[in-house]
Amino acid sequence: MQKTYYDPADLKKFGNISEWNEELGTKFFDYYNSVFKEGALTEREKSLIALAVAHTIQCPYCIDAYTGDGLQRGITKEEMMEALHVAAAIRGGASLVHGVQMMNKVNKLEM
Amino acid sequence: MIKSLHKRESELANTKRQLEILSNGIFKNGELPKFKDKISETHLFPLRPKTLEILQINLGYMCNQTCAHCHVDAGPDRKEIMTKETMQQCLSFIKKTNAHTLDLTGGAPEMNPNFRWFVEEVSKEGITDFIVRSNLTIMLANKKYHDLPEFFKKYNIHVISSMPHWTRGKTDKQRGDGVFDKSIQVLKKLNEVGYGMPNSNLKLDLVYNPSGAFLPANQSALEKDFKKALMDDFGIQFHNLFAITNLPISRFLDYLIASENYEDYMYALVEAYNPLAVTNVMCTNTISVGYDGFLYDCDFNQMLNLKVANKVNHISEYEEESLQNRNIVISQHCYGCTAGAGSSCQGNVI
Repeated sequence: MQKTYYDPADLKKFGNISEWNEELGTKFFDYYNSVFKEGALTEREKSLIALAVAHTIQCPYCIDAYTGDGLQRGITKEEMMEALHVAAAIRGGASLVHGVQMMNKVNKLEM
Repeated sequence: MIKSLHKRESELANTKRQLEILSNGIFKNGELPKFKDKISETHLFPLRPKTLEILQINLGYMCNQTCAHCHVDAGPDRKEIMTKETMQQCLSFIKKTNAHTLDLTGGAPEMNPNFRWFVEEVSKEGITDFIVRSNLTIMLANKKYHDLPEFFKKYNIHVISSMPHWTRGKTDKQRGDGVFDKSIQVLKKLNEVGYGMPNSNLKLDLVYNPSGAFLPANQSALEKDFKKALMDDFGIQFHNLFAITNLPISRFLDYLIASENYEDYMYALVEAYNPLAVTNVMCTNTISVGYDGFLYDCDFNQMLNLKVANKVNHISEYEEESLQNRNIVISQHCYGCTAGAGSSCQGNVI
């Protein structure tokens, strides 16, 4: 029996998802590859966004992939950590901003 | 400063041991295909030379730096150096060859006591592209090297220098404490004498080697980032950036094994294998001359002591025609030159 839900080797098999639905798999990877091409943003900027999002959604495959991708692009560990703090700030802020809703409710109900 | 593998008496100072590692394990049990089998898939074995275009001469393994990834295992403790006699043999060949590029490397080639004499003699031979691979910091290492920028200018030398990153931390980690600041100082000096400036014929190119167990990204994107950062932070200009993959030999192999990255790195190289790069790898148009005059298919084969597979294997008896008929010697380290857009001393090959 497999002892862990995640296996690093599975990342290399990502492309295999097309085997069970070639049309949608192909469309997804075409889209994915287009998204990461240089446009209004550089590939380097997109890589940093991907790294931050990877931590927000806590995807170990994505963290593995975009840490490596960032190193290849010359992104420094300082830049990577700053990007993560942006993700953490938004994620933490998203919880905290709901405090307004809590406060509204308390203020409404309390004498 | 770290010591060379030779000084440390590491088992990897023995090139046979390096070749054993590269042929055993994942390549012996079939997990990964051997390079010979991989290139055979597209009928590229045996790998054969094309017209000779580049003569790369190693003037010695002595260097003022001991970079963590150095494939030469160079350093201040290496005493191997090319003699004037061997340089004269090289000159005799340079007079005869049609190769358009001469590439002097080391170690720090400038530390060879006959370096300037050799440069002066070679420059009389009308080589189109005369390259010196300089680590930059040598120009500050001793007063006798301070005028090298002017010396290079006088002989229209094409300077190629290593610069693994535009930040101090990453550069010093790979090349030694203080190397970044000294390199910046020397790059400014080279700019001052005209090197690397737009439209200048004094060529200044930089070499990027990844500072760890990963492959380089797109060369032109890296060049853009380097140019912007070096200009914004220091006002430095250069012409081209060459992204070179670290080959799994010598001190980089030592690092890969010690950091338990060896197998993953070899997987990454094999996964990135690009058959298109094979047809343009530098061993097909280059001959590498060792400090002792022996001939190799490339600088990496030189460091693995894999001499050309030819009856003539020394510069003293060089015959271009005979060498054109040889098969190029390969092993698993060759995956380093065929990954992605390919890698050579002149950067990407496709």
